[in-house]
Amino acid sequence: MGKRKKIAERVTALMDKPDKIRNIGIVAHIDHGKTTLSDNLLAGAGMISMELAGKQLFMDFDPLEQARGITIDSANVSMVHEFKGEEYLINMIDTPGHVDFGGDVTRAMRAVDGAVVVVDAVEGAMPQTETVLRQALKENVHPVLFVNKVDRLLNELKVDKQEMQLRLGKLIDNINKLIRGMNEEKYKAGWKVDAAEGSVAFGSALYNWAISVPQMKSTGIGFGEVYDYCQIGDMKTLAERCPLYVAVNDMVIRFLPSPIKAQKERVGVIWHGDRSSKLYKSMESCDPAGPIAFMVTDISVDPHAGEVATGRLFSGTLERGMELSISGVAKPNRVQQTGIFMGADRIEVEKIPAGNIAAVTGLRDAFVGSTVSSDRDATPFEDIKHVSEPVVTVAVEAKNTRDLPKLVEVLRQVAKEDPTLNININEETGEHLMAGMGELHLEIVAYRIQRDKGVEITTSPPIVVYRESIGGKTSGAVEGKSPNHHNRFYIEIEPLLPEVVDAIKAGEVSMKMEELERRNILISKGMDKEESRNISGIFESNIFINMTKGVQYLRETMELMLEGFVEATKNGPICREPVQGVKAKLIDVKLHEDAIHRGPAQVIPAVRQAVQAGILMANPTLLEPFQNVFIQVPQEQMGGAMSEIQGRRGMILSMETEGDMIIIKAKAPVSELFGFAGAIRGATEGRSLWSTEFAGFEPIPPAAMVETVRQIRGRKGLKTEMPKPSDYLKA
Amino acid sequence: MLSFVGLGLYDEMDVSVKGLAAIRDADLVYAEFYTSHLAGATPERLAEFYGKEVRILSREEVEVSPEGWIGKAREKKVAFLVGGDPMISTTHLDLRLRALRMGIVTRVIHSSSIVTAVSGLTGLQNYRFARSTSIPYPYVASGKRIVATSPYDVVVENLDRNLHTLLFLDIQPDRYMTASEGAALLLEMEEISGGDRLRTALGVGVARAGSDDAVVIADRLPKLADRDLGGPLHILVVPGRLHFMEAEGLVALAGAPAEILDGAGP
Repeated sequence: MGKRKKIAERVTALMDKPDKIRNIGIVAHIDHGKTTLSDNLLAGAGMISMELAGKQLFMDFDPLEQARGITIDSANVSMVHEFKGEEYLINMIDTPGHVDFGGDVTRAMRAVDGAVVVVDAVEGAMPQTETVLRQALKENVHPVLFVNKVDRLLNELKVDKQEMQLRLGKLIDNINKLIRGMNEEKYKAGWKVDAAEGSVAFGSALYNWAISVPQMKSTGIGFGEVYDYCQIGDMKTLAERCPLYVAVNDMVIRFLPSPIKAQKERVGVIWHGDRSSKLYKSMESCDPAGPIAFMVTDISVDPHAGEVATGRLFSGTLERGMELSISGVAKPNRVQQTGIFMGADRIEVEKIPAGNIAAVTGLRDAFVGSTVSSDRDATPFEDIKHVSEPVVTVAVEAKNTRDLPKLVEVLRQVAKEDPTLNININEETGEHLMAGMGELHLEIVAYRIQRDKGVEITTSPPIVVYRESIGGKTSGAVEGKSPNHHNRFYIEIEPLLPEVVDAIKAGEVSMKMEELERRNILISKGMDKEESRNISGIFESNIFINMTKGVQYLRETMELMLEGFVEATKNGPICREPVQGVKAKLIDVKLHEDAIHRGPAQVIPAVRQAVQAGILMANPTLLEPFQNVFIQVPQEQMGGAMSEIQGRRGMILSMETEGDMIIIKAKAPVSELFGFAGAIRGATEGRSLWSTEFAGFEPIPPAAMVETVRQIRGRKGLKTEMPKPSDYLKA
Repeated sequence: MLSFVGLGLYDEMDVSVKGLAAIRDADLVYAEFYTSHLAGATPERLAEFYGKEVRILSREEVEVSPEGWIGKAREKKVAFLVGGDPMISTTHLDLRLRALRMGIVTRVIHSSSIVTAVSGLTGLQNYRFARSTSIPYPYVASGKRIVATSPYDVVVENLDRNLHTLLFLDIQPDRYMTASEGAALLLEMEEISGGDRLRTALGVGVARAGSDDAVVIADRLPKLADRDLGGPLHILVVPGRLHFMEAEGLVALAGAPAEILDGAGP
């Protein structure tokens, strides 16, 4: 423990020197060795013993992670590294690789400025490699590359010296192609990785060694020497002569930006408020004396201190006792403790200046994604958009009815901690639904509810989450009347252009931008100019537009109309599934003159019902989620894999041969992929490697619509026939 | 026959003799108390006094689905009881129109209303009142506390014309707004709107009109916001320029600061 304390002291001494700080994330496809790499860096910093590095998986401190051999939660650690005689503070986040936990990666990318992308030398860039790289670029996070498991090339593939270099070169080319494909501008501006310059390191995290071209001179170890040592199996000498942590940390310090440099470029990408404001200037310059701007990227629960909000501090200095505003919450919260993370342990420090990753208690109302500021009217940061959406649902029940109140509380808590989880508590039917990224995600959450929160539960078999949308538009405006009949709302419903929906889902357009910027993007995506100018709200991928002019009292009624719109889009009219791709245009409003007659109880239901009825009049459709499936399988097992896909309404997209392996890319509806893990193992005698990624929503075949609607409505205890517009428009 | 019967201001004794006769003669008696209610009476006491069972309708039954109970007036004599004078609350007109569309004969039996009682209690002259308005409780939508500012606009508009504003205060199932809460909200609206008219303006709070312990207090709005006028119901007035008789009335009847006498005109 004494050692820890000493490290903490060195960390604190560096916290207020932002040019000496690097905030980094370790990202990769599953099993490419992120956590093993993190171990090495920790050992280098003296936090765990060198012998254990690669075996301890320090960052996977949850026994569940250790048992499954995968990372589930992102873990933070702060450590000190010496480079050219000076000490640097590296704040590192290790992230999960399994696609079900991709939301963690997305959030971590908001907290860091640079990413070490880990790639398996044999497998090369895999689907998740591409995804994490894309997320990094989107967040303006600089990548460097660590090619791991280089020893496998020699020991398993038996390549010769020349072949080894060729393969590594090809791998780097592939990564650069990806970067270029995602963002040509950045690629040209020097964001590609370059082995000769040193933004690529090669090594073996399991055996604790790594090299990079610039270091070959000082260590005397080049590819030739690596080859020879690997041939004779002497990894120990390699690890002594060129320890991994030196190669990787040096690369991090040289090529990844300090918060000072990074924030100058990043703040404009992740925050769209007024650029002449004090807040913007303070964030841009990483000013510890400026107003607080803190973005929460993780919430965890400490049994003693309660909820801990971890995130990136872009401006100001956090101290205990501060009263801070949280975006979307009326009352301020008071900071109780400020600290930093050392894996599972949180170490309290007195204050945390701008540019660091901070762990704060007392921010009771904060969610993951909240903006916390000392400025009550601060524009919040852009939402952290995860590429994937919750598509699988289970119903959760308490085993003992007396646990019911506790279960509700626990479900609300887990939703707060994990924003990729959607909790739906229906107080009428008493049904508790939990929607997540995939079967594994929900399995882990359910397990933790029992283990950590102590509530015994049962879960239903998984079902998919559908989307409701429209194929046509209403002929004219739908009239919504308030219950007291004193207010009338005229709303047209139309489909949004696919380009606009994509832009919203990718986070390119939001209500947090300045109006002009938003308008220009929408126009560039094909939206009508007049409409683009009158956006009142964007919810999921639906837009509410105010096309009225000069209506009295509209301003103080707008929030209520938006609330009605949100209610309608959260619970679509077809079968109460979420709505996507719908544009609601407010054409006219007749409001009662007196404010008391147009309060929440009047306006919200009127707008909700008009939107719900409108959707049903605009050729309603039901969409189901799809996944891309990537399978690597030996040729002789190919038949088994193919028939597994084809039996599940799947489509084969491509097949490639790589040595004696076949790589199949396919696409299938999520509803058919339940139990795929076991089935593919059986069909290929356990010799396939596979992964999935979210592939968006597509309409279900029209022939299946009536039956699917009947099933969903039946399950939810609604009357089973397809509803009519008149069901929502009461006279 | 559907009779809209006003019950008056405070308790079961405020109904008119004609109204009482209509209630006693009715086959069915309904009441709604969400637009206003008799603070000095309970439903039990009403029923006992009238000698009739009184069915209290929910807001939903009045606004969304009133067809059922209104329809009974085709065959039977139905009395619909409301606090104050019927038709002052706009919802009642909607009900009357629906009944007419259903071919039902209707009538209105009036009673005293707070609208006139305010003049009676404060001495403010009826002909100097301009358009009235209501102050709703603020609500929270998408994490923001929202205060409707249109009541403030009405008050300012009326002040510009030197006229008084009567402000109805929100009644919710679980709470009622006091005159001091209303005064505080007006000042908050002024802050939001960036105005400066009300900081020094006079306000008049009236509590429990029609009862034996009715209270009338006139003071500058920021001070009124701290005054306790006691139990329900309350109403608020922001007077415009005062006639000298009105000023004298407010000082004598409502304890207004004496300096208002200086500013009063013809």
